[in-house]
Amino acid sequence: MLRLEKTVSGGRAYRIWLLCLAAVIATGFACYLRQLDYGLAVTGMSRDITWGLYIAQFTFTVGIAASAVMVVLPYYLHDYKAFGPMLILGEFVAISAVLMCMLFIFADMGQPARVLNVMLHPAPQSMMFWDMVSLSIYLLLNTIIASVTLAAERRELPPPTWIRSLILLSIPWAVSIHTVTAFLYCGLPGRSFWLTAILAPRFLASAFASGPALLILLWLLLSKLTHVKAGGEAVRKLAVIATYAMLLNVFFVLLELFTALYSGIPGDAEHFRYLYLGLDGHFSLVPWMWVSAGLAILSLVLLLRPATRENHRTLALACVFVFVSLWIDKGVAMVVGGFVPSPMGAVTGYAPTAPEIAIAAGIWALGALVATVLIKLAILVRGGLAGRAAPLRAVDKNLLEVSH
Amino acid sequence: MNISRKTFVKFAALPFVALAAKGARSKPNGPRWGMAIDHRNCAKDEGCTLCTDACHLTHNVPTIPDARREVKWVWKERFSKVFPSEYLPARLENASGPVMCNHCENPPCTRVCPTGATFKRPDGIVMMDWHRCIGCRYCMAACPYGSRSFNWSDPRPHIRSVNAAYPCRTKGVVEKCTFCVERLDVGKAPLCSEACPEKALIFGDLNDPRSEIRTLLSARYGLRRRTELGTRPSVFYIL
Repeated sequence: MLRLEKTVSGGRAYRIWLLCLAAVIATGFACYLRQLDYGLAVTGMSRDITWGLYIAQFTFTVGIAASAVMVVLPYYLHDYKAFGPMLILGEFVAISAVLMCMLFIFADMGQPARVLNVMLHPAPQSMMFWDMVSLSIYLLLNTIIASVTLAAERRELPPPTWIRSLILLSIPWAVSIHTVTAFLYCGLPGRSFWLTAILAPRFLASAFASGPALLILLWLLLSKLTHVKAGGEAVRKLAVIATYAMLLNVFFVLLELFTALYSGIPGDAEHFRYLYLGLDGHFSLVPWMWVSAGLAILSLVLLLRPATRENHRTLALACVFVFVSLWIDKGVAMVVGGFVPSPMGAVTGYAPTAPEIAIAAGIWALGALVATVLIKLAILVRGGLAGRAAPLRAVDKNLLEVSH
Repeated sequence: MNISRKTFVKFAALPFVALAAKGARSKPNGPRWGMAIDHRNCAKDEGCTLCTDACHLTHNVPTIPDARREVKWVWKERFSKVFPSEYLPARLENASGPVMCNHCENPPCTRVCPTGATFKRPDGIVMMDWHRCIGCRYCMAACPYGSRSFNWSDPRPHIRSVNAAYPCRTKGVVEKCTFCVERLDVGKAPLCSEACPEKALIFGDLNDPRSEIRTLLSARYGLRRRTELGTRPSVFYIL
C-alpha cells in the first residue's frame, strides 16, 4: 500500500512550496472564521451586488474542472494516444477544481451550517440544486476513474473494463457541469447581461481555452522540476485546442457586444458600458477589462503563429495570457457586470475586501495543494508521468493473456 | 404477504386519487391578495414615512446606516425610478411612492430557491422560511425589483426596540415583506395599509370582483412594475 505521507516528503523547494500553500490556506481559514462569526458583511458585497468574488471564482473553476474533457475525449473517443501522459494530470486538475468550486459556493453561504437543506428539501426547479448534483457526481466520477486506473497501474494490471463506461460518461458530464452553471445565470428575467442563450457555449469555449492553457503550463513546469519527460506531441496538440477555444471565446464575446450595442437597448448595453467605459463615476473594472482584452489579443497573436506556438517559452507566455485574460473575464467581470446597473438602475461600486481576497486565495491554495499531492502520488506510482500502458479498449484480451 | 390483484389495483390507484384531490383544491376559489397604491392620496404628504415606520417597527426590521447593506420591507422610491419615463407631469416628477415585494403570480425568486425556503402560498403571498434559508442570495439575483434584503451581519444591534411578539432574523438570511400574513390570519389588513392616514394603500382580494381593490382597479387604470418580464405582480400603482 502506498502511504500518503510519502507525497509530502520531497526536496527542499517542494517542502517550501507546501509550507507556502499551508500558510495561505491558514490565513484564508482564519478570515473565514471571522466571516462565519460576523457575517458576509466582511466582504464587499451589498444589496445591489449580492454575488461577488466567491461566485465569480466558482464560475471560473467550474470551467477548469470541465476542461479535463479536452484530454479525455481525444484519448478515448479518437484513440489519440499522445494524450496518455496527460490523462492523469487532467483528471487530478479536475478533482482539485471541483473541490474549489464547492468551497467557493460554501464560502458564499450566509448560513453554511444549513447547506445540506439543498439535499434535505430538494428543489428540482432550481438550477442551484442541479449544479450541486452535477458537481458532486462529476467529483465522484473523476475520483473513481483516477484512483481505479492508478491502482491498476500500481499492480501492473490493466484497469477493469467497467471503468471505460464511467470514463465515457464523464465526457458529457463535463459539458453538463458548465452548462448548468451557465443556466444559473441565464434564466433570470431581470438580468439582461446574463439573459443570453450564448452564455453556456461562451462558458465552454473559455473553459476549453483556460483549462488546456493551465495543463500546458503544469506540464512544462513538471518537465522542468521533475524527471518527467516532456510529451512534446501532447503539448503541441493541447496548444492547438487552446488556440481554437480562445478564438471561439473571443468570437462569442464580440457577438455579445454586437447584439447589446447595435440593438441599443439600454438594459443590455449599459452593463458593457459599465465594464469597458465606466458608468456614473464607477470605473474600477475598466482597467481590468482592457487588460483582459489586451491579453486575449496578445495570446492569440502568439498562439496563431506556428513558430511562437511551438516554442515552449512563447507558448508558456501565451498560456499565461490566456489564463489571466479569462480569469478576469469570468472570475471577476462576468458576475459583477451582471449586477451593475441593478434592475432599478442603481450603479454601485464593488471591490472585494482583504478578508474576502484572503478567503478566495486560501481556497485556490487548497486546490493547488490537493493537485500537488495528487500529482506527486502519480509520479511516485509511475516513476514519472509516462502514460497509461495502453488505451483501455485494447486492454481486455492481449494484456490479460500476457499477464497469465 | 398475500395481496389480491383487486387490493393491489386499489392501492395503486391511491396516488392518482390524491393527485386529483390536490388538483381540485388548487382551483382559484380562495383569495389572491393584492395591493393597490393610489398615488394621488400618497402624494398628499411627500415626507410621510408612516407605512415604512409601522412595518419596520413591528417586524423588527433593522435600521442599518450603510445604505449598501440596508434591510427594507416597504420603502419610498423615486417615481421616475419605479416607472422610468420622460416629460412626467409636474406632480410626479420629483415624487416618490411606496415599493415592496410585489407578491408575483409567477415569482422568479421562488423558482430559483434551492431549498424551497421562499415559496408562494395558494393565496398568492410569496413567503420566506427564515429557518430554512441557507443565505445563497439566488432569490435576490432573481428578483427584478430589488425587493429582497440580506442580513449581511446580525441585525439585532440595529433594531431600536425589539418587538417580542415578532421573530428577529439572524445574520445570513434573506428577508422581505410578507403582506403581514400574521395579521391576515386574524382578519386584519397589513400594517402599511392600516397606518396610512390617507388610505393610499388599498389591500384586498384580487379574485373577488366586488372587493374594494377590484372596484378601484375597474374604475382607474392600475400600472404594475415591469410587466414585460411575465412575473405578474399583485401590487398595482394608480396614478
